[in-house]
Amino acid sequence: MAELTAKRQVSVPMMADLAARGETPEILFWVGCAGAFDDRYKRVTRAFVRILEHVGVNYAVLGMEESCTGDPAKRAGNEFLFQMQAMQNITTLNGYGIKKVVTACPHCFNTIKNEYPALGGEYEVIHHSTFLQQLINEGKVKAEGGESFKGRRITFHDSCYLGRANNIYEAPRAVLEVLDADLLEMKRCKTNGLCCGAGGAQMWKEPEPGKKDVNIERAEEALATLDGDADVLLNLQGVESTAPVLPAGSNRGGSVIAVACPFCMTMMADGVKNKERESDVQVFDLAELIASAEGLNA
Amino acid sequence: MHFSIQNILFLLVAVAGFGLFAWQTRKIRANILVGRDRDMSGHVSERLWKTLLVAFGQQKMFKRLTPAFLHLIVYVGFIVINIEVIEILIDGIFGTHRVLQFLGPLYSLLTGTNEILGALVVLAVVALWWRRNVKGVRRFTGPEMRAWPRLDANVILYIEVVLMMALFTMNAADLKLHGADLPGAFPISQFLTGLLPDSPTALHVLERVGWWAHIVGILLFLNYLPSSKHFHIIMAFPNVYYSRLVPQGQFSNVDSITHEVKAMMDPTYQVPAPATEPDGSAAAPTPFGAKDVNDLAWTNLLNAYSCTECGRCTSVCPANLTGKLLSPRKIIMDTRDRMEEKYNAPLIFNPNLYGKEAKHDPQEQLDRENHTLLRGYVTPEELWACTTCNACVEACPVNINPLESIVEMRRFLVLEESAAPNSLNVMFSNIENNGAPWAFSPSDRFNWADDLFLNEKTAPVA
Repeated sequence: MAELTAKRQVSVPMMADLAARGETPEILFWVGCAGAFDDRYKRVTRAFVRILEHVGVNYAVLGMEESCTGDPAKRAGNEFLFQMQAMQNITTLNGYGIKKVVTACPHCFNTIKNEYPALGGEYEVIHHSTFLQQLINEGKVKAEGGESFKGRRITFHDSCYLGRANNIYEAPRAVLEVLDADLLEMKRCKTNGLCCGAGGAQMWKEPEPGKKDVNIERAEEALATLDGDADVLLNLQGVESTAPVLPAGSNRGGSVIAVACPFCMTMMADGVKNKERESDVQVFDLAELIASAEGLNA
Repeated sequence: MHFSIQNILFLLVAVAGFGLFAWQTRKIRANILVGRDRDMSGHVSERLWKTLLVAFGQQKMFKRLTPAFLHLIVYVGFIVINIEVIEILIDGIFGTHRVLQFLGPLYSLLTGTNEILGALVVLAVVALWWRRNVKGVRRFTGPEMRAWPRLDANVILYIEVVLMMALFTMNAADLKLHGADLPGAFPISQFLTGLLPDSPTALHVLERVGWWAHIVGILLFLNYLPSSKHFHIIMAFPNVYYSRLVPQGQFSNVDSITHEVKAMMDPTYQVPAPATEPDGSAAAPTPFGAKDVNDLAWTNLLNAYSCTECGRCTSVCPANLTGKLLSPRKIIMDTRDRMEEKYNAPLIFNPNLYGKEAKHDPQEQLDRENHTLLRGYVTPEELWACTTCNACVEACPVNINPLESIVEMRRFLVLEESAAPNSLNVMFSNIENNGAPWAFSPSDRFNWADDLFLNEKTAPVA
């Protein structure tokens, strides 16, 4: 019983087209600026769309009607610009009668979920980590038929706007579980997770003078976790509790730092590059790992 | 009952001690209320539950086990030993001797527990002192931890030892004086009696000295609190009660801006009439964001009085960890110092008189002409280093939120002074012009969907 596969071109459904036909999608996929413009994160967007197509969910995107949620403006203190963006997006979303929004960006997720309601935009907002977890639980995604991650080391870097901001710690880990990989936790994880350094609009500015860039600090921790480098781990700041001893590793090849946020992706990838470890450590988003394990990439 | 001049003296001391504390508390309450209004009413059961867990139950302390354990001993000691203070107050006023002895075995349990806790408190205080002064825990250092804060932290530890010593002097002398007739159990003091003189007069004097030192010490300590980080033993409770219940990622929306934006988008929108003073005149417009302490919400000011300067926030701050100037603890300590400089200072000790200048590291950045919280205490460089990651908020054992104050000051810099770093201004104009923080054309927004192929699984064939 061989499973047959066929390469198919995807025509991503546009909200405006659905509306013209009088249809409402089950979910609106909010792509976000990074997902739409950042070359690296576009691959995540495409991977996520492959998953949506694969499971046959009724979805649509806003396409050119989507605009920045205003998150970076708000965190930087430009409340006026944030509210202009928010009201514009709320007008668009409400105009289409959107009820449920799924996004792969924790910043868009946090802003639409928590800050839009007071301005008149009330939707069920789901981050793609939770959405993927649901698909796995429903048996719609099995992570079979594609690349095998069995035995490979993966460590998940918590996004602040998913974790501390919205208490989502388990969904991304549940998604990674299905890969049957060797999952390792960094010492500073979950509620104690260390920021990648890009939040609060830092993504768009140079850091203030200091000893080190935040993403380097975090990349060092991630690499030491994957390598089982106890010396680095024992000297980490910001943790007073004794962490479990990690297994020292020789099988570095093909280790993965998993992320669930476009800014974390950029920062961690830059950190890995800075440490000259691109050859054996890759940074992937959850959606990419699942699409790849499911064999959806064509 | 021996009613004497001692009782009158005690009554006067007690009334003066509590009265002075009430007076100081009123002044601090006034400081907190200069903050902007914020409706924190409602959700009573949720708030009480949170107070029970976080403040009373020390839930967040247990993220770090060693200090949590040491702190718990001092905390439980403080609460239980204070039951005995009730006895001291009654004895003091009515001239009774160990009035709670009618409790019988329960009294033995109480005094015995007090003695053991008292000894544990002394041990814990020694360990805490060692951590602070010898071991050199990193979070106890930093540019804001100079002069007064360092001294204050040790003074508190010394006072705690003195109070415990007074308790043991009183008990041991009393025990030696009355022997087995003394009601209660004294598992520690029974070993101390040998150290005391045998003369009954001397023992009586020692018992009185211990008794007076304990209660006067407590009253003095009570009045020291408003000048000290130790005020957290009281303020932690209201602070946790009034802490935010919404997700940590949710920042406040500025209502006045909402009205403006709505009016821009819909000309028929009626902007509510501006606020008026009680006499009917138009109130001075409030600035966007915060320049000074009175621009912050009252809850942010309550935060400042609840801070015990433990530095958990700063020790997990990604900016601080990587050597930037930002220290969330400093923002909170600066807020308190500025309130006390601008409004009411505490009675016994005025921190403004002690090493204020020394607390600020890049002094060249401080603006002495416009001496407000922003620029006078907190520099823009500190504020712009924040990644809004909420690590400080998560770390605070008493639910202080330094992030809110940081964002309020950023709002002032951006909306009132247009003083954002240039790269952020570029990001703002990109959003305005392209609907994205980067300089991409909006017409390219859907390009990611070009040439997208899927490996489609078809139904298995037999």
